[in-house]
Amino acid sequence: MPVQTEPPKIQIRDRRPLRGADEAGTAKKVAVRDLNFFYGRVQALHNISIEIPERIVMAFIGPSGCGKSTFLRTLNRMNDVIPGTRVAGQVLIDDHDIYAPGTDVVELRRRVGMVFQKSNPFPKSIFDNVAYGLRINRVTSSSSELAGRVEQALKDAALWSEVKDRLKTSALSLSGGQQQRLCIARALAIRPEVLLMDEPASALDPIATSKIEELIFDLKKQYTIVIVTHNMQQAARVSDTTAFFLLGKLIEVNSTEKMFTAPNEKLTEDYITGRFG
Amino acid sequence: MNNSDYIRRANSAFMTAMTALCTLLAVGALLIILSHIAWQGIGSLNFQFLTDSPRPVGEGGGIGNAIIGSLVLLLLASGIGLPLGICVGVYLSEIGRGRFGGAVRFIVDTLTGIPSIVTGVFVYAILVLPMKHFSALAGGVALALIMVPIVARTTEEMLKLVPHSLREGALALGAPQWRVTLGVVIPAAAPGIATGAMLAIARVSGETAPLLFTAFGSRFFPSSLNEPIASLTVQIYNYAISPYDEWHAQAWAATLVLMTLVLSINIVVRILTRKKF
Amino acid sequence: MSAVRENEGLAFVGQGSTWRRALSPTGNTGDAVFRVLMLGVALLMVGIVVAMVAALTADSMASIRQFGFGFLTSQRWDPVKGDFGALPFIYGTVASSLIALLISVPFSLGIAIFLVEQAPHYISRPVGFLVELLAAIPSVVYGLWGIFVLAPFLRNYIDPALASAFGWLPLFKGQITGIGLLTGGIILAIMVTPIISAVVRDVLAAVPGSQREAALALGATKWEMIRVVLVNGAPGIAGAVILGLGRALGETMAVTMVIGNRAQISPSLFDPSYTIASAIANEFTEATGDLYLSALVELGLILFLVTFIVNGIARVLVWNVTRKTGGVGRAA
Repeated sequence: MPVQTEPPKIQIRDRRPLRGADEAGTAKKVAVRDLNFFYGRVQALHNISIEIPERIVMAFIGPSGCGKSTFLRTLNRMNDVIPGTRVAGQVLIDDHDIYAPGTDVVELRRRVGMVFQKSNPFPKSIFDNVAYGLRINRVTSSSSELAGRVEQALKDAALWSEVKDRLKTSALSLSGGQQQRLCIARALAIRPEVLLMDEPASALDPIATSKIEELIFDLKKQYTIVIVTHNMQQAARVSDTTAFFLLGKLIEVNSTEKMFTAPNEKLTEDYITGRFG
Repeated sequence: MNNSDYIRRANSAFMTAMTALCTLLAVGALLIILSHIAWQGIGSLNFQFLTDSPRPVGEGGGIGNAIIGSLVLLLLASGIGLPLGICVGVYLSEIGRGRFGGAVRFIVDTLTGIPSIVTGVFVYAILVLPMKHFSALAGGVALALIMVPIVARTTEEMLKLVPHSLREGALALGAPQWRVTLGVVIPAAAPGIATGAMLAIARVSGETAPLLFTAFGSRFFPSSLNEPIASLTVQIYNYAISPYDEWHAQAWAATLVLMTLVLSINIVVRILTRKKF
Repeated sequence: MSAVRENEGLAFVGQGSTWRRALSPTGNTGDAVFRVLMLGVALLMVGIVVAMVAALTADSMASIRQFGFGFLTSQRWDPVKGDFGALPFIYGTVASSLIALLISVPFSLGIAIFLVEQAPHYISRPVGFLVELLAAIPSVVYGLWGIFVLAPFLRNYIDPALASAFGWLPLFKGQITGIGLLTGGIILAIMVTPIISAVVRDVLAAVPGSQREAALALGATKWEMIRVVLVNGAPGIAGAVILGLGRALGETMAVTMVIGNRAQISPSLFDPSYTIASAIANEFTEATGDLYLSALVELGLILFLVTFIVNGIARVLVWNVTRKTGGVGRAA
């Protein structure tokens, strides 16, 4: 696939459809155009342009502080809660710019779900945690339908069998890995179209991590998933496409297989082979 | 956006307005009270009022002795209460560990919550009764007892804020514990301890109940600590509940004087603590 | 001295005499003295509280012996006949504090939520300071303002409105003078609001941001997110309310000046009432006879015990959240 190349080190933007797109659907779910992001006067993201197709798993990799988490959070406007931030550029989801004035941010966040690095269940019961999104969005008034949605979400998150007998107990009594899967179930319950995962397994032990990774593999049949990870092996295991960030810039986007065997950019290769970061 | 979404958003906006209203009312109450004091009190304020002692109704008179009395009581209270309170604070922060330290902290917390009138009754029982008369000394002791737990708490907190590295640096040079505490830790926490002391003084200067049957009150300028003594707060109380308009006016003026003192201390403390951050 | 020490090599180890080493881990004299002094002061504190309980109990002995537990249930307060009962004061204290909480808690929550969750920084800091200043106003000043501003206002505008709207309730029957239980409750409400809101502010600020983000990420509106924060802070908020209760129970001057000081139990909010603290303040210096005085001291003992328990509960709930510096009169 021809790819625009420029002098090494900076500014690779791959605007062509990515290899995985043909298998998973040609519709692009998310399109970012020239996104610049500022924390006050500090520029954290420089001219990011990327397209994320439907129903794939895309991994964002890069060393600490490269902006991958910041970029992830621009996709559901989570950075709005931090005072002093500024965005320039476009983020189009289904061809609507989410940063256009008048955008309904609450609705956006319902359709673009997020799972955080450290699990953050509410101090409520397991059932109430998963039902939270359903309740505030008034998805259904029937309690049996609610229970059904909760059960489905917990099954999708591979947690149902472990908690089905104690749905009313506190969510905080679960183990770390279970809490994270609970947060995933909570996010899935409202059936978002895109799921953003910010290092979802970084705080978990290897067994819990592998459970989450299996889960992601299953979920991509229904959802578009973007996962930030600092663990390259995880990216290689789980994703179809990978994007490499460095110092707030998008260096390369490629299919995972190609990214980890024969990347286009020297910087990418250096990072992957461990020469820095 | 469906109907229930509209309701949710309207609800959210409504609650924002409500909380703002609550805050507005609180600030409004403050401004109403303060401006009323200023308006009512300013009329009777003059040099003679501030220096004269009370006279029978119709003859004018002033609060000079009350001002002096309050100052005497504050000096007495601070002289006893500040050193004691700081020492207790030092104990709680630097020395008190384990169960005994926990018990002492519990005791100090208890002292904080004791209504000031009960403290007055206690001092009445142990000082006024044996001495068979009211005295400035008893009043000072009562105020000191109120001061000590407040000063102890703020001192403890300020000492705890001093970083451990400072202590360890001094200890590593062979300084004994007491030298480290007196020479390094306390000076480092001194500004905070000072502001805590100022706030305690402001707080105690407004106390009335414990003085009612310890210092009792007087119409004359103080001549010895062994006699009853007037104070601004008790004077205000006596004038306020009297049936004479002239004395009511004097009560307002005296309040203006008291509030000026209390507010200035609070504002000064606020300015000082803001500069730290 | 140090020259001698050097010559003795490791002689500084274990050189302190036994009593010095027992008192301080380093065996240093200065340390031992310091620790003894500090310990002495700490013991003094314990001694004071013990002395307080002892003195209060001793001086109420006469009354306790005379009336026993009946003191708590008797409605009679008759200095002339020497018959004393605490029930009217207990009622007045509890009723005025409850009214105060009923009014104050919603406002305090609203203020705290506004300052922590809604207001931008440049508003929340000065406005927060202003709210805290409410706690700096002395009780007697509130009383003065209560007598000459609040009471007339209530008598002329609010009380008649309440009476005409709800006069069928026993709560709002009776003569309207502006001085009574309701006025006392309202003044108390103004006085405890800054305390409760200050503690709730600390509690809400301590809720981790990840909880807020979790709610927002699920598409919650701002108010829905705040409800999640409130659930997180619920124990602390309960503690703040109880702390406010403890404060209201012990308030003396402002209440004494506006509550009417009549020992009676009446269902009407307009009627005068009497709290334990006001009774002591009002009658202590005029108490003739040992039994009278002893009854008042026993009232003080009851107040001491009640506030002790209430504050203890509050402390358990709020724990370290109240331990913040600055903030005039916070949690005190």
